[in-house]
Amino acid sequence: MDPDNQALIKRIVEERGAEGIVVILGAADAEAVEVAAETVRDGDPAWVGPLAGIQLGLPVLHVFEDEVKTQADPATYEAEIGFFAMTLDVDEVNKAMKRARGEE
Amino acid sequence: MQLEGMRVIALGERDSVPGEAIAAVARSAGAEVIETRTECFV
Repeated sequence: MDPDNQALIKRIVEERGAEGIVVILGAADAEAVEVAAETVRDGDPAWVGPLAGIQLGLPVLHVFEDEVKTQADPATYEAEIGFFAMTLDVDEVNKAMKRARGEE
Repeated sequence: MQLEGMRVIALGERDSVPGEAIAAVARSAGAEVIETRTECFV
């Protein structure tokens, strides 16, 4: 994950606390998704960014996951995500999220 | 996880789903979007 985003998330949690915060990802690369999910939960796995060694424990979802889709307004979801869901590999992303959460 | 009432950090990517699209979806689910970013890999 981009060091700037790591710094941003670290600052938000320091200033407002982690309660009620969830990170929703949009990356399509399975590896990038796994790394991002791991970073905001357990810390930067590469040990180079601001979250190196910092376990924020934030929950992470991907915008392609049913957990997001089923709670969103259907028309908004279709308008904003429909095109991407057709052209990107939704199954790979969802599998990567499950791996990142230790569900697979 | 119930998104309604949650505080969302929307982390999109330029070559896939942008942060703004994630934010719009999260708001439609009743979440408060507290930060929106779109990563750019070059």
